[in-house]
Amino acid sequence: MKQFFSFVKKEFYHILRDKRTMLILLGMPIVQIIIFGFALTNEVKNAKIAVLDNSKDLATVAIIQQIKASGYFDIEKNISGGDDINTAFKEGKIKMVMVFPQDFNKDLHHFNKATVQLIADASDPNVANTLTNYATAIIMNYQKRITNDLALPYTINTEIRMLYNPQLEGAYSFVPGVMAMVLMLVCTMMTAITIAREKETGTMEVLLVSPVMPLKIVIAKAVPYLLISIINIGSILLLSVYVLNVPINGSLLLLIGASILFTLTSLALGLLISSVTDSQRTAMFIALIGLFLPTVMLSGFMFPIENMPWPLRLFSNIVPAKWFYTIVKTVMIKGVGFSMIWKEVLLLAGMMTFFLALSIKTFKIRLA
Amino acid sequence: MKVLLFLLQKEFRQIFRDPTILRIIFAMPIIQLLVLPWAADYEMKNINISVADHDHSPYSQRLISKITASGYFILKDYTASYQQSLADVEKDEADLILEIPESFEKKLVKENKAPLFIAVNAINGVKASLGAAYLASIIQDFNNGVRAEWIQIPRFSPEFHIEVASSNRFNPLQDYKYFMVPGILVLLVTLVGTFLTSSNIVKEKEAGTIEQINVTPIKKYQFILGKLIPFWLLGMVVLAIGLGISRVFYGIISLGSLWVIFGFAAVYLLAILGLGLLISTYCATQQQAMLISFFLMMIFILLGGLYTSIDSMPHWAQLITKVNPVTYFIEVMRMVVLKGSGFSDVKNQLLIVFGFAVFLNGWAVISYRKRS
Repeated sequence: MKQFFSFVKKEFYHILRDKRTMLILLGMPIVQIIIFGFALTNEVKNAKIAVLDNSKDLATVAIIQQIKASGYFDIEKNISGGDDINTAFKEGKIKMVMVFPQDFNKDLHHFNKATVQLIADASDPNVANTLTNYATAIIMNYQKRITNDLALPYTINTEIRMLYNPQLEGAYSFVPGVMAMVLMLVCTMMTAITIAREKETGTMEVLLVSPVMPLKIVIAKAVPYLLISIINIGSILLLSVYVLNVPINGSLLLLIGASILFTLTSLALGLLISSVTDSQRTAMFIALIGLFLPTVMLSGFMFPIENMPWPLRLFSNIVPAKWFYTIVKTVMIKGVGFSMIWKEVLLLAGMMTFFLALSIKTFKIRLA
Repeated sequence: MKVLLFLLQKEFRQIFRDPTILRIIFAMPIIQLLVLPWAADYEMKNINISVADHDHSPYSQRLISKITASGYFILKDYTASYQQSLADVEKDEADLILEIPESFEKKLVKENKAPLFIAVNAINGVKASLGAAYLASIIQDFNNGVRAEWIQIPRFSPEFHIEVASSNRFNPLQDYKYFMVPGILVLLVTLVGTFLTSSNIVKEKEAGTIEQINVTPIKKYQFILGKLIPFWLLGMVVLAIGLGISRVFYGIISLGSLWVIFGFAAVYLLAILGLGLLISTYCATQQQAMLISFFLMMIFILLGGLYTSIDSMPHWAQLITKVNPVTYFIEVMRMVVLKGSGFSDVKNQLLIVFGFAVFLNGWAVISYRKRS
């Protein structure tokens, strides 16, 4: 046991003396929370649009006024002809052009019908869709206002309730995702690289001929990263509660327990990678391409899994982060107990045992 | 010149004799391009819905079949109470609950109005509001259908009606892949550039071989050029492979000229390689170099406008995107591929990226020391 602790101590010195690495390991979650929390949003605000108003009457002025007031759009310029539309788009600044035909108001009041044309730059389909939807909603609003609220017969009143996140804050969905990403990175990538490093610089040879059990050496390597991960979990949770105002609705103990389980799974994966590689670069790329990208892409936190084609959906089931993401969402935000997540917990525990068993089995006590 | 040629020969041998690097260079673009564009699709379909039906009337049945027939929703569960449906949401098996209250049909026909309740799992706000909007519009449609069965609609509708005709330029089918693939190509070139360069030089430091080079009469600029040129070429090769894959698998053919893409990439790669060099001069171990490049890349890529639009970022984040070379290349790539912009449209970006290249490489050359 004493041997083991002196090994753990050695690993701590390795990490503590490398200030740059330390700083990044502990600063990463903070930077990520700030970027995701404040900079990245799928909402579209202040989109630059152009207006081609051939009619310039009461109705068009009122609609343009409302478009301006909504905060979603910045009217960059008023254009006067069809040719200008093309040049405006080519320059890449304008996201949408709104075209009012001649006699818009007249048509509306005489025939009860008038047409607005929205031309969106669909090179980004998301933005195009969102903008068209926003503008349509504003126009419909105007239409409703001028219609004298005719009470139509046979009306269904739909009432919509937003559960868990009534303000529709983006933070609610990415805090769990950032947790999964950071833990995966710190644990898997760092363990894999440090072990590969010992192999590359030749010090592994020295360790393997010492009387310490090889397994102990490897586990001692994982201990500091487990501790760093726990600190990171703490800082992410503190930041999300006090800076982003995301509440922890469920049991904190359960949340931390699940995070530690996920950390252990990631560490086991890191060990597995390190036992099949012997250069830092390979370890790094396996961790990056094989694990980090799937974590970002297929855990459901950046992109909805339901939309993906079935091979990817199937594959997403073996990504540990997907299950962890579900657990954190369920416990932290929905605030329900263990009875709703036992399946996911069991799956993670199973994965951990599997990876650990596999890495012990493939661990070589002799270098080639 | 002769010295430089020898150095280049050495670098190329090193690269081609290391099978992992080769595998990475060829496997990475293929895997990423084949997987990422499929995953990165925000368009909502297959939303799981749980219906709590207290009415069990022909109308409620018709509404439900209309919802499932829309293609956006999958009927995950059909329960007898809101509580049961809520449990589906808590278990993450459903995203939306539609509650049809008792005597829905009767009320609609006899009292002229009837309520319906929708509850959405709003943890992901964007997804929630989209899903709710789809469902509300289907209900509206159903409502109009019911109304038409009971009353004769006059020829001129009594209400004002503004028709919104929307059309989409540049990507009329709204295929998300057209948007993502050019961006992912940038990601690939950037990853190859920074990771490979920075880890390559640091590896020489770690293995001690840089010492041997330092005691030779090789000049600073020769050494740095010797490192830059091979990775510059590799970056171009990766870009070419990527463009080939996007053409074969996604049918994406650039509207603009390939010369513009490669011309811009040539300058952009210089800037990115300069960044890699700079990282390597400040790091002692590969671990540090990888972690720092990873950290910077993460910020650059997330703030480069690949996944979310830069226009909707707050002001301080937009300032960061201005000093981020990735932003410019993604922008140019999309302009050229999707809109067919030419050299004159992208000259500003080209100048800025050239500025980055001069600045980063200059800094790297100045801070590289031949003695440790």
